[in-house]
Amino acid sequence: MNKIFALAGVVIKELYRRKDFYVLFILTALLTFAAGSANFFHDAKIVRYLKDICLLLIWVSALLVAILTAARQIPAEREARTIFPLLAKPVSRAQLIVGKFLGCWLATGLALFVFYLFFAVITGSREQIWPVGVYLEAAWMQWVMLAIVIGMVLLGSIYFAAPSSTTTIAFIVVVGILFVGSHLNTIALQQGEPVQSILAFLYFTIPHLEWYDLRDFVVYDMGMAPVGAVALATLYAAAWTGIFLLLTWLGFRRKNLTT
Amino acid sequence: MTVILQTQKLRVEYRNRDFRQANKVALLGLDLEVRAGEVFGFLGPNGAGKTTTMNVLLGFIPPTSGSASLFGIDVRQPIARQRIGYLPELTYYYKFLTAEELLRFYAKIFGLSRSETDRRIADLLKLVELEHASKRPIKSYSKGMQQRVGIAQSLINNPDLLILDEPTSGLDPLGRMKVREIIQRLKDEGKTVFFSSHELGEVEAICDHVAIVHQGELKAMGTVAEISAGHPNLEQAFLKVVGYQNAAAS
Ligand SMILES: Nc1ncnc2c1ncn2[C@@H]1O[C@H](COP(=O)(O)OP(=O)(O)O)[C@@H](O)[C@H]1O
Ligand SMILES: [Mg+2]
Repeated sequence: MNKIFALAGVVIKELYRRKDFYVLFILTALLTFAAGSANFFHDAKIVRYLKDICLLLIWVSALLVAILTAARQIPAEREARTIFPLLAKPVSRAQLIVGKFLGCWLATGLALFVFYLFFAVITGSREQIWPVGVYLEAAWMQWVMLAIVIGMVLLGSIYFAAPSSTTTIAFIVVVGILFVGSHLNTIALQQGEPVQSILAFLYFTIPHLEWYDLRDFVVYDMGMAPVGAVALATLYAAAWTGIFLLLTWLGFRRKNLTT
Repeated sequence: MTVILQTQKLRVEYRNRDFRQANKVALLGLDLEVRAGEVFGFLGPNGAGKTTTMNVLLGFIPPTSGSASLFGIDVRQPIARQRIGYLPELTYYYKFLTAEELLRFYAKIFGLSRSETDRRIADLLKLVELEHASKRPIKSYSKGMQQRVGIAQSLINNPDLLILDEPTSGLDPLGRMKVREIIQRLKDEGKTVFFSSHELGEVEAICDHVAIVHQGELKAMGTVAEISAGHPNLEQAFLKVVGYQNAAAS
């Protein structure tokens, strides 16, 4: 376990020592701030609209942090050949994968925490409301969803040598699932065969990332989602993450690292 | 004496991406035996299969057939690498870490205690003369300094077996001297060193045992005296073994 934490620590150190992520951070913070501090005569509709935009920004930024960080981990180790002195030490490839996953996930969590804190402070100071529970739940669900994404990206990263291909494909897949994932079965019913069966099959086999989107709970002050549902969703995410990490390991386990 | 590094009928084929072409056979049934306390020179011309052998020993590539073990443990198990140090042919390390952070990270991988780690890091930074730069990121180091970081990391766990892939070929004079010093010191401590090289004068000076590989096959193995018997020096013996008789005569 210490080995895994040591590996994760290196991922996190790299992230905060790279300048490009500060750009993303500051940009998100500035836009959130600009949207949050605009004063539109306390029109409830506009306020909600602005909150929606802020949360969307947070979603996109966190997704970018997760995908960009995860996609480059293993390819960068191989490209820079740092993987050789590392794997020459008593660490298994499974531990390497889990360590990389954990590092990416914790780093993403850190980014999420900062984003939500910023959001909470801005809305709180303007509207004097502090629905901490709702925020925590929304952030948790988003973080858990990103675990699936990171697992998926790590899997892609052992097959696509260029992080840019992994990044692009992952982004398209994730955004695709977020937008149409929940409608696939309804769309399926309107189609003829074999499209109908294929879509229905997809609906039951893709990881449903869209379930983790609790933005409406925050925007419409809907209170907290039932804790039982959140717990179930967490288990579902853990299962998917486990499947992706297992597949990553199966692909990486016997890989010849010198080619 | 106990055998601590062994390969048996080790065969490695590199699969060719273009399936119309044959696979590249890098090793054809290599049998090697290195015993505790030996300084073992692994010799061969470029492309002989030295790096490939080390890559199998370190678990980077799976053997096509045959087996390899360190300390009697199959190299497929990570624990086989607990007591070894490795210095790659080309060294690269995490550029965004400092030398001290890098060593600390590797120490954690070995499961060293905090106090042990502190002591080792202090000793090693002194040994490779990087104390002054230990808190600077590695990306600010010169090439020679980066190579010395490599030497330090290979010794972080106080290894019983040191595996070095052409350790002196890419080094600056200070690095070379350090490597030679370190090999000598480890030898005095009764440790084992397995290193590849094609600089025969150097090998003759520091090794007690050698093996010569050529085109993936073992051509000779024994003490330096045994191999060079009947030849003016090791270099001539080497040239004879790998089939450059004319060069040897001239
Ligand atoms: N990744 C690889 N893919 C295909 N062939 C390789 C690869 N690595 C090495 N080879 C071939 O295997 C043979 C042995 O190479 P290597 O072990 O690097 O030799 P050495 O270290 O003794 O110079 C060479 O003919 C080399 O071209
Ligand atoms: Mg080589």
